[in-house]
Amino acid sequence: MIPPMDCQDLVEIVTAYFDDAMTPAEREIFEHHLEECDGCVNYVAQMRMTVELTGTLTPDDIAPDTMETLLAAFRSATTDPS
Amino acid sequence: MVEDNDVVDALRRGDEAAFRQVVMQYHSALVRTARSFVRSQAVAEEVAQDTWLAVIRGLSAFEGRSSFKTWLFRILVNQARSRGQRESRTAASGSFLEEDEASVSASRFNDMDHRWPRHWRAFPTDWGLLPEDTISSAETRSVIEGAIESLPTNQRQVITLRDMDGFDSREVSAALELSEGNQRVLLHRARSRVRAALELHLQGVATA
Repeated sequence: MIPPMDCQDLVEIVTAYFDDAMTPAEREIFEHHLEECDGCVNYVAQMRMTVELTGTLTPDDIAPDTMETLLAAFRSATTDPS
Repeated sequence: MVEDNDVVDALRRGDEAAFRQVVMQYHSALVRTARSFVRSQAVAEEVAQDTWLAVIRGLSAFEGRSSFKTWLFRILVNQARSRGQRESRTAASGSFLEEDEASVSASRFNDMDHRWPRHWRAFPTDWGLLPEDTISSAETRSVIEGAIESLPTNQRQVITLRDMDGFDSREVSAALELSEGNQRVLLHRARSRVRAALELHLQGVATA
């Protein structure tokens, strides 16, 4: 018999679930709840998509003059024997 | 992407093309990560440039016990942290776990006297049903960026390192000198807030 878990508890441990930072017993309770609750299935999918979308954000490109400054520093450090 | 050992070897040889490539690959991500520690974009840019100078100086001492990327970001985080601390000597840190923050507003769940207490009043929707254009639109991206920018500093640092830079729980907790558990609490709060902002945005789009 798996003890019940409320939706309001489940939303607090989704990151622990993704990180696999749960005991096997906690994991079983979590997954058992998902089998019976479409609302939480959607919620977990929303959290997963949030993580994925955050990972696709691309930062701005480097400014050309910054690149030149850094290359100059690299050049002088690697050609200067001191 | 170049293999780690090859990168370090090439940089040690003074291979300019290799240096250009790693700067292209990581500089903007370094600036973005630095921005979660310091107050302005200009200071973040400075911290990132100082990081490359430290990399150049430290090449001969790099022992390869971590990956090049981990080493690079460790240098950045150390520089950005000390810079950030100098900026705000009064900033409170370490008290974050005392504040209890619900991942989802309690109003979204049934009251205790309901037949199904603490269960959803109305189910979250299936974002998989939304058009791909909506999910990947520039507007959706800017909602995420805006939500991350408005996070408390320590949450922003963790979500940037974990979900944008792709470091794992162990690496991030070591870099920020947090326990893995506290690191995870911060990440969870950050992700929950970003999800809530996305939900608000996507509902608006769907009903528009």
